[in-house]
Amino acid sequence: MTDTTLSGVHLADSARKSRIHETFGVALLLLAPSLVFLALFTYWPVVQVAWQSLTVESFGGATRTGLDNFQRLFADARFARAAQNNIVFAVGTVVPSIVLALAFAVGLQETTRLTSGLRTVFILPVMIPLVAASALFSFIFQPRFGLLDYYLGSLGFGTTNWIGNPDLALWSLMGLTVWKNAGYYMLFFLAGLQAIPDELYESARVEGAKAVQRFRRITLPLLRPTLAFVVVIALLQVLTNVDHIILLTGGGPSDSTNVLLYYIYQQAHENYDIGLAAAATVVTVAALLVISAVSLRTLEHGIHYEG
Amino acid sequence: MTASRSGSPRLAATILLVAVAVIWVTPFAWMLIASLRPDAAGGADIASLIPSAQSGFGNFVDAWQSGNFPLWYLNTAILCAGVLAVQLVTITCAGYAFARLEFPGRQAFFYLFLMQLMLVPPILIVPNLITLSKFGLYDTLVGVMAPYFASAFGVFLMRQTFRTIPRDFEEAARVDGASRAQIICRILVPLARPGFIAFAIVSVTAHWNEFLWPLMVTSSPSNRVLTVGLASFTRSAESGSQWGLIAAGTLLVAAPLLIAFVLFQRRFVSSFVFTGIK
Repeated sequence: MTDTTLSGVHLADSARKSRIHETFGVALLLLAPSLVFLALFTYWPVVQVAWQSLTVESFGGATRTGLDNFQRLFADARFARAAQNNIVFAVGTVVPSIVLALAFAVGLQETTRLTSGLRTVFILPVMIPLVAASALFSFIFQPRFGLLDYYLGSLGFGTTNWIGNPDLALWSLMGLTVWKNAGYYMLFFLAGLQAIPDELYESARVEGAKAVQRFRRITLPLLRPTLAFVVVIALLQVLTNVDHIILLTGGGPSDSTNVLLYYIYQQAHENYDIGLAAAATVVTVAALLVISAVSLRTLEHGIHYEG
Repeated sequence: MTASRSGSPRLAATILLVAVAVIWVTPFAWMLIASLRPDAAGGADIASLIPSAQSGFGNFVDAWQSGNFPLWYLNTAILCAGVLAVQLVTITCAGYAFARLEFPGRQAFFYLFLMQLMLVPPILIVPNLITLSKFGLYDTLVGVMAPYFASAFGVFLMRQTFRTIPRDFEEAARVDGASRAQIICRILVPLARPGFIAFAIVSVTAHWNEFLWPLMVTSSPSNRVLTVGLASFTRSAESGSQWGLIAAGTLLVAAPLLIAFVLFQRRFVSSFVFTGIK
């Protein structure tokens, strides 16, 4: 490298530095409107809730601070139940929704009149509010004269108390959730399938690969980034939606459908136990941040950015 | 895609898919049929999927009168429009900054923004309600909107959209003496229209359907949105087992988005995919 290029580099460097200095101001100005709202409703609340979890006195008068709220939280059988239910609910809805979504997408890959009609049918539940879905399912789950019992009854099954039975309630809500969300995930798989080159299937077919082999050797591996992405959004979705629980079961019967977000809602809104609600929020936020870290990795690895 | 498979497994798969689709569409079919069935024909056969001969709009009239649907529609429309209007400004500014400006800490800021994707307002119920009441926004529609004015998701989306626009356009404008603001407003924003439309569809869908946050923030009936209205409406109708009424109310709440979806299906689908994948 010669002297001239070196000084050239230096010159360009210092010019670049001052330009970066200038753009920092512009950037801050452009980020400011968003940052104000993010600070007020995302960052500050997290700080606040962490502070509350450590300082709010929950028993009248007695100064109980420090980790007391967390001790009470972890001693609370309802919280343990909520966390456990949340795991069961998350796995029990995400896995079947995704399996169904993938099956729908593979089956409806080609565009014909029939397939686009079927796709519409699967997307319809995505378009209605979870509140509306809950209203429909409150009828579907009615014992005896509800939609499920009415038709199962005509097939010779007896009466079932779908959401009134502690052993069945969570599973009934899972059914509702799978119905509501599978079509949404199907969209991402359809998009992912479109990106797989036809030639791969052609050559596999020439070599005599059966449909199942083509699915396992081509479709599944090439859909892996989409799959990872869908798992993350599905997890976030089931962890942050509790409308149906509020409307259909109220966390019951005997806490069988209580989940973390509902537990927070209950402590804050019904029991006015701010300290316990704050501690539960801290635990939930921590769980969500772990999932978010996974999601960031997924996004970074799965999608190619230009530039 | 031409994945032509051998005849019989393919037929079996199609039959299976149709069968599942029938299950999927049944709640909607029931909603439609029950909403049109007169009360008298209800009773034990309310689950019947065979439309009643005396079908009519009685349930819709009753639902409309017992709920306050005009107000709920108006509030929901104000909510969606208000959130979107502010979001469009905030995501354009921040999206541009992340797409086009090189500044120290850009990556750190970006991660800071992404945190919002996980921490939805209902999770931060207690502190957010405290903040809102400090600003005098508790039990107002602005209070329902405020936490969504910044959208990390929208910023992320606009960053990607702006990046697909060639820099040459801006260079040319800069040579002609255009300011940065002019470049954003006159060149980038018009060219990023598909991104904005996709974002608008997803944002409006999300806020139209949202329940828990508006439920928490508002308390007076005059601030009710459709979902909160439907929930209270359903509760009172459920005690009287007025399922035809509930079906009609549910249809009234779901109809605007369902109709929009059926009319602009391709646009909706591509928006959801675009916003999810990009």
